[in-house]
Amino acid sequence: MLASRYLSVSLRQAKAPTRSYATFSPTATFAGKKNAEGKYTVTLIPGDGIGPEISESVKEIYAAAKVPIVWEEVSVAPILKDGKTVIPDEAIASVKRNTVALKGPLATPIGTGHVSLNLTLRRTFSLFANVRPCVSIQGYKTPYDNVDTVLIRENTEGEYSGIEHEVVDGVVQSIKLITRDASDRVARYAFHYAESVGRNRVTAVHKANIMKQSDGLFLDSCRKVAEEYPKIQYDEDLLDRVCLQIVQNPAPFSDRVMVMPNLYGDILSDMCAGLIGGLGLTPSGNIGKDASIFEAVHGSAPDIAGKGLANPTALLLSSLMMLRHMNLNEHAAKIEKAILGTIAQGKTITGDLGGKATTKQYAQAIVDKLRN
Amino acid sequence: MLPAIARTSANCRLVLRCRRGYATTLGATTPSLTKRLPRKLGGVYTVTLIPGDGIGAEITDSVKEIFEHVNAPIEWEQYNVSGVSSAGESLFKAAVESMQRNKVGLKGILFTPLETSGHISWNVAMRQQLDIYASVVVCKSIRGAPTRHNNVDFAIIRENTEGEYSGLEHQSFPGVVESLKVSTRAKAERISRFAFDFALKNDRKARGRPHPGANVTCVHKANIMKLGDGLFLNTFRRVAEEYKASGITYNDMIVDNTSMQLVSKPGQFDVMVMPNLYGAITSNIGAALVGGPGIVPGCNIGREYALFEPGCRHVAKDIMGTNKANPAAMILSSTMMLRHLGLDAIANSITAATYDVIAQGQAKTPDLGGNASTSDFTAAVIKNL
Repeated sequence: MLASRYLSVSLRQAKAPTRSYATFSPTATFAGKKNAEGKYTVTLIPGDGIGPEISESVKEIYAAAKVPIVWEEVSVAPILKDGKTVIPDEAIASVKRNTVALKGPLATPIGTGHVSLNLTLRRTFSLFANVRPCVSIQGYKTPYDNVDTVLIRENTEGEYSGIEHEVVDGVVQSIKLITRDASDRVARYAFHYAESVGRNRVTAVHKANIMKQSDGLFLDSCRKVAEEYPKIQYDEDLLDRVCLQIVQNPAPFSDRVMVMPNLYGDILSDMCAGLIGGLGLTPSGNIGKDASIFEAVHGSAPDIAGKGLANPTALLLSSLMMLRHMNLNEHAAKIEKAILGTIAQGKTITGDLGGKATTKQYAQAIVDKLRN
Repeated sequence: MLPAIARTSANCRLVLRCRRGYATTLGATTPSLTKRLPRKLGGVYTVTLIPGDGIGAEITDSVKEIFEHVNAPIEWEQYNVSGVSSAGESLFKAAVESMQRNKVGLKGILFTPLETSGHISWNVAMRQQLDIYASVVVCKSIRGAPTRHNNVDFAIIRENTEGEYSGLEHQSFPGVVESLKVSTRAKAERISRFAFDFALKNDRKARGRPHPGANVTCVHKANIMKLGDGLFLNTFRRVAEEYKASGITYNDMIVDNTSMQLVSKPGQFDVMVMPNLYGAITSNIGAALVGGPGIVPGCNIGREYALFEPGCRHVAKDIMGTNKANPAAMILSSTMMLRHLGLDAIANSITAATYDVIAQGQAKTPDLGGNASTSDFTAAVIKNL
């Protein structure tokens, strides 16, 4: 009980510096600068398990595509500092300096009591919006075709506030925290994102019929921000209805960007991933004030680690989101075509997609496509 | 073990002190269906009927017509409550009192305004006031419904009275709102027991799954809400141990993974038990897997009352009054009610007739890909009887 109180205090303190930001700056924009050779430096966090293998594929493919990027590899393996487990300073400094990072899967130790590394990264860099696009991949058949959804999830508060306490034995209160600042900035990013990818509709997903004040505040923020974007259509829909409609027929959702509080986003983004074949095929980007981290959201798959069998697609697709974030759109389009083409052909695909190729063979096939 | 039970029941009393005097037995016995049976007067059961907003009136009319045709011994006590404005509150209270008299009801969905100034959800208020704590929604692939998946057959047991639906919210500072999710051991325990009892009573075994017997899956987010959902999960595990001897297996799954598994491999699920909000999400995903909200029935069961309503709780204002709604969900819910009253023969014949209409595509409503009307569907069911 005491512990949870302390946590809540530290959370609020951690949030304090971000408050002033949200009110004036529309979104986090890429601020990286080219070095003397005309290249951007990007932090690469290979991660655990299959992380190093799939990061290697990304590097190979980027070299072949001549993307103007230099990788700065860092490890975020936690170290002990003043009795606390923290991310090494070099890693933090690198991400801060470069403002963009690409991250492989991290293994979160279960039951050891320390906060997950993902959560720590999220807090350290105020990664307030999680962007999760899901697009049907030709060549990997699921019951759903024509999936093309984009979901933006508030990433810092809501049900994940970590404020919980046991009132009396057997009665627990968990607090869902919704603030105007956090709602404003994620809403603003959603509209900005919609504008930049040419979707002219934003749908806020909520449960304000039940949680009138908290989700009500989220909606109110969205409505106010919507006025700043007159060209983009804004509407609202109940969480229940959105779940039902996407699973029945996801096609109509291809015209919009959905924005929602933390937990709903967590559940819906994985549900959409399920429609197209799972987390191995879905990219993810965490947009923040000080930096943005693009990552593969699947696990570190310790069972196949080091065997050269892993599928690097999710990390590759995430890296393409990163390129687009950095306005390197042409390179992104070129690599995307090569990846999707390779999967669609179905000759050199990895085991999880029903093929027999190794990670290296798959990457090589993409490289070959790039050279043609 | 003894002190633990004593503590649990003490908590029950704390939490439920405003309810009837059954709380003390919660820790020790298995929750069962209504103890005091609904009364039958002159050979007829009186049942509270709340058509609800949106398509409610149309689809309950179907039920009334069918019941009249088969001469079901049911007399309706109808309350046309509407949640569109707060003016209906006295009627709503009267409806709740009617439920308390009759113990059984059939209900459509009441509209809830989004505005902070508007009234709270009467659907939720009714479940809390009557303490109808277990929502049961069975999602099963049926012939004739257009779907992307087959071999879907799972039951969602959802805690209906607490969690995110506590209705406790406050603004601690302008622009900072806290919403309380309340989780209690007593309610986690009774819903877990309900789920295992449901698995036992319905003999949910084999059905082509890899495990030999029935399986109960606890859906949670205990990795994030360590105390709240942790309590739910730990209580579930403790109850599960008690049912081990009956051959029911159990597992647990995080809610985001569950929603992903549901849309990709729905065949792996059997009975699922979960806190309130996750139930809303999974029942909608489940309904979408088997053909939509128009065909999935549901009920809310407590110790004393049973209220039957469509499994997917949508008002469907968009098609209200157009005679396009599929009444199957409401008809099937009403047959669950008939079974609850022990009128199995009538229930079975109506169920069979309804499934036949869907399977043969005789009167496909727009949600099933046809253009038949609600009344066409009703007429087809009556013709099949």
